[in-house]
Amino acid sequence: MNIIALVLQAGLRDLSRNRWVIAYTLSFLGIAEGLFWFGGTGPQVLLSLLNLVLLVLPLVALVFGTIHVYASREFVEMLLAQPVPRRQLFAGLYLGLALPLAGAFVVGAGIPFAVHAREGASTGGVVALLAAGVGLSLAFAAIATWIALLTDDRLKGVGLALGVWLAATVVFDGIVLGAAAAFGNYPLERPLLGLMLANPVDVARVLVLTQLDVAALMGYTGALFEHTFGTVLGTSVAAFALVAWIAVPLGLAERRFRRRDF
Amino acid sequence: MITLDGIRKRYGALEVLQDVSLTLPTGAVTALVGPNGSGKTTLIKIVLGLTRADHGTLHVDGQPADAEGAYRRAIGYMPQAAHFPVNLRVGDVLDLVAQLRPGEATDGDLSRAFDMNALKDKYVGTLSGGTKQKVNAVIAFMFRPSVLILDEPTAGLDPLSSNVLKEKIRQMRSEGRSVLVTSHIMTELESLADDVAFLCDGRLRFSGSIADLLGRTGERSLEDAVAALMRTDAAA
Repeated sequence: MNIIALVLQAGLRDLSRNRWVIAYTLSFLGIAEGLFWFGGTGPQVLLSLLNLVLLVLPLVALVFGTIHVYASREFVEMLLAQPVPRRQLFAGLYLGLALPLAGAFVVGAGIPFAVHAREGASTGGVVALLAAGVGLSLAFAAIATWIALLTDDRLKGVGLALGVWLAATVVFDGIVLGAAAAFGNYPLERPLLGLMLANPVDVARVLVLTQLDVAALMGYTGALFEHTFGTVLGTSVAAFALVAWIAVPLGLAERRFRRRDF
Repeated sequence: MITLDGIRKRYGALEVLQDVSLTLPTGAVTALVGPNGSGKTTLIKIVLGLTRADHGTLHVDGQPADAEGAYRRAIGYMPQAAHFPVNLRVGDVLDLVAQLRPGEATDGDLSRAFDMNALKDKYVGTLSGGTKQKVNAVIAFMFRPSVLILDEPTAGLDPLSSNVLKEKIRQMRSEGRSVLVTSHIMTELESLADDVAFLCDGRLRFSGSIADLLGRTGERSLEDAVAALMRTDAAA
C-alpha cells in the first residue's frame, strides 16, 4: 500500500471510532428521519435538511477540522520523522480528516432518503444535496487544515475558523443584500454572480436548488444564477466553483505543510 | 554518524541556533544538555528534517540530508511524549510505522521486552503515559537505525522498563550506532553517555567527553559540571 493509502487508512480507523463523528452521523440520521416521521414529504424534508446542511456542515468541518489538526500535531511530527515525503503525508492526513466527515454526512442524511424513497424526493435533488454536502465537507476541511497550519496558537486558529464560518453563513448574505439595496439602480447582475461564486455555501445552495422546482427559495443571487445560466449550465458552473473551493484552500494548505517548520 | 556544520536558525528576531557545528560519532552516546530554551529541541528537529536550518549542512552517515527525507531511513526518533490517535489500537500504530518503511529489517527485541503482543489490541486512548512511552520506544528502535535520537527517553517509564531501555541503548552503542540523548536527569545521562554537547542561548558552549567536562569545570558529577557551565554562562 502506498503512503497516502496507509495514512488515510489510519485516519479512517481513528475518526470512524470518534464519538463526535458518530454523534454527527446519528444527528443527521435522527433529524432526517424525524422530519419524515412528523409527516414531511420528500421535497419538504430535502429543503429543511438543505438549510441545516448549509449551516452545520461548514461549522463542523471548520471547528472539528481545526481542532483535529492541532490534536494530531505530535503524531504528524512522528510520521514526518519517518522517511516519507511531506506531499504524500499531507494527502493522507487531509483525506483521513475530510472523507470521514463527508462519509458521516452521506450515511446520516442518505439512509433516511433511501428508506423513504417513495415519498416524493427527486433522485436528482437527493444526489445534489449529498454531493453539495460532500463538497462543503471537503472544502471546509481544507480551509480548517490551512488555518491550523497557518498559526500555532490553537485559540487563534479556532477563532479564525469560527470567523470564516460566520463570514460564509451570515456576513456574506448581509453584504449581498446590502449591495443589492444600495446599488439597486445599477446593473448588478454580473458583480452579484461573481459574489455568489465567492462563497462556497452560496454555491452549494444554488447547486441543490437548481435541481428542484423552487425558484422562490433561491434568493436573489440564486434566481439570477438560474436565469443567467439555465439549469444544466448552472449546475455545471456551480459544481466547478465548488471543486475550485476545495482545490484552492487544499493547495494553499499543502504548500504550507511542505514549507513550514514543525 | 551525524555531522552538523555551521547550523543557524532564526525565528523572527530571535536567533535560536548560532553557528552550531557538532559531530555525533559512531559507537557513542552523546548527551545534549542545556537550559530550557537553549535550542536543543530546534537542533533535534533540524536533524530530523522537521525544521529547516537557515544556514549550514547536515550529513548522516556521510551522505548530505536530502529534501525528500530519504536520509531519515538511518534515524530512529523517540519524542519526549507519545501522542498517537486515541482511537487507534497499538497494533494499528505499529503496523502503520512498519508499513511506511517497507523492506526494512525490523528488530523485535524491545517489542518483546515491553510485551507489545499483549498490548496490540488495546486502544491508545486507554493506555497510561508510561505504556504509551513504551510504544514510542518500540517505534524508535524498530528498524535498528544507525542513528538514534532520544528526547527524554525514560520520562514516565517505571524503573524496570527504564532499565530495559537503557540496556538497549548501551547495546546499540556497542553495535556502533550513534545515539543522541536529551534528559534533565543528569545522573541518568552520566550513566549512559560518553560525550556531552552543552547548548546555551543557541550556541554550542562545550562539546567533548564527560571526563573532559569534569576536568575543565573541576566538578565531580555531570550535574555539577553542567550547573557550573550554566553559572559561567549566566555571569558572562
